[in-house]
Amino acid sequence: MVAIKQISLFVENKPGRMAKVSKTLSDAGVNIRALTVAEAGDFGVIRMVVDDPEKGYKVLHDGGFTVSETEVLAVEMKDIPGGLYEIVNTLGESEVNVDYAYAFVTTKAERALLIIRVDNIEKAKKVLTGAGIKLATKDEIQKI
Amino acid sequence: MAMFDYWNPQIERMPREDLAKLQEDRLKSMVHYVYDHSPFYKERFKEAGVVPSDIKALADLVKLPFTYKVDLRNTYPTGMFSLPRNRIVRYHVSSGTTGKPTVVGYTKDDIEMWSDSLARALTSIGLGRGDVIQVGYGYGLFTGGLGLHYGAEKIGATVLPTGTGNTERQIMLMQDLGSTAIACTPSYFLHIAEVAERMGISIRDDTSLKVGVFGAEPWSDETRRRIEEATGIKAYDIFGTSEMSGPLFTECREQSGIHVWSDMFLIEVIDPKTGEQLPDGETGELVITTLNKWAIPLIRYRIGDLTKINCEPCACGRTHPRLMRILGRTDDMIVIRGINVFPSQVESVLMTIPEVGDHYQIIVDRKGPLDIMKVMVEVTETGFSDKIADLMSLSKRISKELKGVLNVVADVELVEPGTIPRSEGKAVRVIDKRKV
Repeated sequence: MVAIKQISLFVENKPGRMAKVSKTLSDAGVNIRALTVAEAGDFGVIRMVVDDPEKGYKVLHDGGFTVSETEVLAVEMKDIPGGLYEIVNTLGESEVNVDYAYAFVTTKAERALLIIRVDNIEKAKKVLTGAGIKLATKDEIQKI
Repeated sequence: MAMFDYWNPQIERMPREDLAKLQEDRLKSMVHYVYDHSPFYKERFKEAGVVPSDIKALADLVKLPFTYKVDLRNTYPTGMFSLPRNRIVRYHVSSGTTGKPTVVGYTKDDIEMWSDSLARALTSIGLGRGDVIQVGYGYGLFTGGLGLHYGAEKIGATVLPTGTGNTERQIMLMQDLGSTAIACTPSYFLHIAEVAERMGISIRDDTSLKVGVFGAEPWSDETRRRIEEATGIKAYDIFGTSEMSGPLFTECREQSGIHVWSDMFLIEVIDPKTGEQLPDGETGELVITTLNKWAIPLIRYRIGDLTKINCEPCACGRTHPRLMRILGRTDDMIVIRGINVFPSQVESVLMTIPEVGDHYQIIVDRKGPLDIMKVMVEVTETGFSDKIADLMSLSKRISKELKGVLNVVADVELVEPGTIPRSEGKAVRVIDKRKV
């Protein structure tokens, strides 16, 4: 299983909304690995990668949030200049479009992880692996 | 669930000509009765230049003057009563959001007529002995709770008088005592279903609920479809106002209009502007005359509900006329830049869009000289995409569909589920900031 589950949430653009989301996860002992907020006026979408996506999804869903799971790729990126280029160039040359992306650096390893949602996940997996780029698995994300 | 066809087959299936004759006789005596017992009506008839003996046939009804809600307010508390207090066994009082409340009184026979009306109605949707009817309408001054309670007891069903509120306990009792039917506002039932889901209880699989009797606020066929699909129950519309007694009539199992018992009430639909009677099938304002009610009878009372009458015989065999879905009350209508909008129209559009939740709110405001309408809807997980562009196009699509039906531009605001206030009684659908 190379694709990993990202949790996405619909939130209103109002004070305290992020706090409510993070409290729900914190109470359940779910740890956030990476997070990004996209905003569009009155509302926004929080996307995040957590250590236990099933549990994270369940507590948010039961808490009454509008939440969905999306398959994304966690691509290992060398933490050096040109690290990002290598990945997106490989995808671009293979006509795979990146819908959105966000990155984070892990403390343990000397590498960064790039979370990407693409329009063709199977093809993306194939071309990235073919170019010698490593994709992190669910277990690896959990263990960080 | 037990099945019972008719509560009173002789009356409910009476040929229309016989019903008309019965109405004529009762109308004539009612006119004499109010003239003799109510100083208010004596005066009103005098002003209109009419005396009881002028009413010789049903067609003479139009000679009688209208009664208005404002008359009840102006004669507060009991100026329109036809009987003294020692004949009154109960009062109900309607909430006076605008001005004084209105007081309705009942004799023993009035309570009997009211229960009888509901006994026929509840029987027509298949309820009877062996059913457990959970009454989730408010008990007290509001007519909903006690009205349904008496009707349900009359047919020998078991009443579970939960009243409103304490939703989790309502659900627990529904399960533990095996409620087969529930009576409440449609918006409160949607809330119950939502809370049940959160508790991990499926109304369809984990309860015995089969029937919902929903009213006290206008609701649409689209909401009915949603309720039925989500919970597996049959949802029936109930109608009645406190001035008429309270909730009185429901649809039958055909779900094709609300049967109004002709031996109890005479109904007309009029053009609200001219006061002229409209032919069957045309939409106008509902006007009722009580034929069998004694503490506070009403002659040509203008309820303000907009509807149409269908006199075609119903497939269920009942001959009494049917009110087709109530569009709303003239008081509910909002005027946006000169265009009339009913919340029920907004609802019927929203409930066809699966990405939109069951609750909504309309906010009307004024920006400079211009009226603006904002519709708040909750985004459900059905079809929720984490792409901003999809959410933007959803709000555009809703706005476009509203424009198509209302001919008014509405801003659509997407909000989180649970944001719009839930009501245990009548839902607040419209907040009109222009009036403040």
